[in-house]
Amino acid sequence: MVHNANQIALFFAAYPHDEAVAGVANHLRMYWVPRMRRQIIEYVAHGGEGLHPIAVEAVKRLPAPVVR
Amino acid sequence: MVLIKETDYGTPARHSDHLVTLEIDGKEVTVPEGTSVMRASVQAGVNVPKLCSTDSLEPFGSCRLCLVEVEGRRGTPASCHTPVEPGMKVTTQSDKLAKLRRGVMELYISDHPLDCLTCPANGDCELQDMAGAVGLREVRYGYDGENHLHEEKDESNPYFTFDPSKCIVCSRCVRACEEVQGTFALTVKGRGFESKISPGDVLFMESECVSCGACVQACPTATLTEKSIIEMGQPEHSVITTCAYCGVGCTFKAEMQGNEVVRMVPFKDGKANHGHSCVKGRFAWGYTSHKDRILNPMVRAKITDPWQEVTWEQAIAHVASEFKRLQKEYGPDSIGGITSSRCTNEETFLVQKLVRAAFGNNNVDTCARVCHSPTGYGLKTTLGTSAGTNDFDSVDQADVIMVIGANPTDAHPVFASHMKRRLRAGARLIVGDPRKIDLVKLPHVQADYYLPLLPGTNVAVINAMAHVVVTEGLVDEEYVRERCDLAAFSRWAEFISDERHSPEAVEEITGVPAETLRGAARLYATGGNAAIYYGLGVTEHSQGSTMVMGMANLAMATGNIGKEGTGVNPLRGQNNVQGSCDMGSFPHEFSGYRHVSDDSVRAIFEEAWAVGLQGEPGLRIPNMFDAAVEGTFKGLYIQGEDVVQSDPNTKHVTAGMAAMECVVVQDLFLNETASYAHVFLPGSTFLEKDGTFTNAERRLGRVRKVLPPKNGYADWEITMLISNAMGYEMNYGHPSEIMDEIARLTPTFTGVSYEKLDRLGSLQWPCNDNAPEGTPVMHKGGFVRGKGLFMITEFVATDERTNDRFPLLLTTGRILTQYNVGAQTRRTANEVWHEEDVLEIHPWDAENRGISDGDLVALSSRAGETTLHARISERMQPGVVYTTFHHPGTAVNVITTEFADWATDCPEYKVTAVQVRRTSKPSEWQQHYNELREKTTHISAEAKA
Repeated sequence: MVHNANQIALFFAAYPHDEAVAGVANHLRMYWVPRMRRQIIEYVAHGGEGLHPIAVEAVKRLPAPVVR
Repeated sequence: MVLIKETDYGTPARHSDHLVTLEIDGKEVTVPEGTSVMRASVQAGVNVPKLCSTDSLEPFGSCRLCLVEVEGRRGTPASCHTPVEPGMKVTTQSDKLAKLRRGVMELYISDHPLDCLTCPANGDCELQDMAGAVGLREVRYGYDGENHLHEEKDESNPYFTFDPSKCIVCSRCVRACEEVQGTFALTVKGRGFESKISPGDVLFMESECVSCGACVQACPTATLTEKSIIEMGQPEHSVITTCAYCGVGCTFKAEMQGNEVVRMVPFKDGKANHGHSCVKGRFAWGYTSHKDRILNPMVRAKITDPWQEVTWEQAIAHVASEFKRLQKEYGPDSIGGITSSRCTNEETFLVQKLVRAAFGNNNVDTCARVCHSPTGYGLKTTLGTSAGTNDFDSVDQADVIMVIGANPTDAHPVFASHMKRRLRAGARLIVGDPRKIDLVKLPHVQADYYLPLLPGTNVAVINAMAHVVVTEGLVDEEYVRERCDLAAFSRWAEFISDERHSPEAVEEITGVPAETLRGAARLYATGGNAAIYYGLGVTEHSQGSTMVMGMANLAMATGNIGKEGTGVNPLRGQNNVQGSCDMGSFPHEFSGYRHVSDDSVRAIFEEAWAVGLQGEPGLRIPNMFDAAVEGTFKGLYIQGEDVVQSDPNTKHVTAGMAAMECVVVQDLFLNETASYAHVFLPGSTFLEKDGTFTNAERRLGRVRKVLPPKNGYADWEITMLISNAMGYEMNYGHPSEIMDEIARLTPTFTGVSYEKLDRLGSLQWPCNDNAPEGTPVMHKGGFVRGKGLFMITEFVATDERTNDRFPLLLTTGRILTQYNVGAQTRRTANEVWHEEDVLEIHPWDAENRGISDGDLVALSSRAGETTLHARISERMQPGVVYTTFHHPGTAVNVITTEFADWATDCPEYKVTAVQVRRTSKPSEWQQHYNELREKTTHISAEAKA
């Protein structure tokens, strides 16, 4: 999960900062299931160790997903 | 039902705006300039006798049967070689011509066996027909002279025989091998009476022959004959259908005796293949009636229990009850479904509908996840549509062809033959591949630039090409200004101009000499129409989507999208990769690539399906295995896909499979995935059902039922049974009704119907009010997304790195005679060409390890180890090894890792750091595998009885 989020961040890192953060957040919202989004939100809440800074910022922008 | 026989016009069609009117036997006919008198005659309804001519080949003029008289000219010219002229008056029948033709036939028949009644070609022999047509009644020369009647047969090929005693040396086979297939395996050896057709002084099986069948099809006698015809006799009816193998999607005639297939013959009017075929589609259909097929449903409580055969009612009730139980115990998202690109459009549409509407979640995925999902992402982002841009015929107008990460002569052989024809006619060629694939140098084809890039460096290569284009002023500025997002272009141009992207700067990373790369970029940008063709060597990387976008950038910058002869063209691995993606089989989108979170789109489906739908994406295939290991995903319905053999990191996949409580496999055979199944539902083959496949050029072709399903149900019917048992009603009477629903719900398919497909033969989407008969070339005049979007494609090296422990890079792929996991082709005579996966290794790497050709070697990576035999090959570059994944015993995916494309999770099959060493025993995994297969494939004898 962390590895994939970092890969996504590395792609968008080539863009200006705000665009990059928005790009990562959008990607996570469009393609990750709510359970995975919740897991990474919790991971960031616990420090987000090893996560790319752009990924951390993007995750912080994600609304809390509804997990059934 | 009738036996379909296409009209043979004798010589190929010519295309010209200038029309010529002439008279043939008093009938006026108008044809394009350049047309032969023979072809014009057939168009006028006059069949001129012929033997050495057929309309798939250029005229040869050797048989002298097609002689005609032309008013005002001396002699009797061969109509095959005589072009039409305005006002020409042609006579095809006269006493003089009849005498000449009979004389020719007498000579042929004087050296031909008179065994017509027992000859396998009886009823389908042009020589016999011509003897009748010219009124041959005697052979004045007798039959006792020197002859070829005792020439030995060559029966070495598993699918056809070569009987030279019946050969008339018309050269049709030789020319078919050259002109149609482009292999040049056959020749005419000797001169005059000694002339003989020869595959190079060796048996067919020892020759360069690739068993495409073009020579067999071209042969006018019984010299080259399918063994199935020899065994069974002539077919009595035929049905037009679409091949079930690769993404070329060839149209075939299934030639039948009752419900028995006699042979598969490529259909001349097939718009993807134009009457050509490969060894798989033409000959490798025997698996459909193989003894390994499972024809009755089976269940078991544990995967180590023997299978118990049950009725369909019991099996379906069990599936529904188990899935409902799992959802009750573990939640609505605890189950899902996977389809294969071997399924039809209608089947994949129905499975995703089952998952979304009956299961109530979006946990549906398809095997394009592990092959071309980056194509969808990359092309949609840059151009606006998740599909290739051009039709196959467009290659005829390409001046420069760039093949990267694809091996078409093996994986898409019929299109490769088409491409080779264009290359022989003068198009220039750039090949990018870590291996020196056949296309780099073939008879009469040689790459202008071969880029021997290291696995994992595609993006660096494509960026360097774009760098050359931008920094050397080769951008098509007018095209970019008119058609592309200018702000995005400016930003990209600045990015790509940076010196770090120059060929010189990346030479060390990519392994491609800078000057070679510069030359390739200049040729691509300035050589006229330039077309990119690519395959899984592009997509199956951690930067697969980035590379697809990089290619789109390059094509847009040089004005090479939106017209014939150009484009960014994915060569899809399996027959219905494009279709399965189109049908809404990905967890995040409905058919037509519309995201599930779009309320307006979801509302359309909710109304049509009368059920509430989820607006959140579901699990992708790798996520399913992760969730299964984690304990939150418990049940899976898999139609036609063998995830255990084909997906990466087998240990992880099998751990996920083993952790689930109800795995339902619907397939033809007890495949590797079935070892982990609790329910097996027997599937039907492509011969046993109706439907459509969509090939790599977005072409929908009809799959037609030629015999009843041996298992009792077509696959779409089985999905329907499950859905109804789950409580969500489906009531389709025929797959055409499913297609009607797809058309109603999908804007790019609104004009598609079975009636139209039957009428036109095939259709390329988008097919709607704007394009009622389909769209061969997309993005003409403008991009689907509006303005073309240049994306920033920074090269990011994969995390899979070589080191002292794993110093080599493994890349995997496929070969001509086997297909994907081999479930079909391993159950045909194609096994004689490739009975095991082997490891190709460069002589230096082999020597350093004391490995000789044929040695058993252990191949190990961070993920696992397997063993296979080594093949020393100079087409590998030092440091790179290669193998295929066709055989489950090799289990090459035990080696591959979970690294995947950042955007789509498409696995990085093409880059695995490995070590190779000699060994004497199978790996631990292989030993475990044999025991597991023994335990998990046992069918209870009691139940069977």
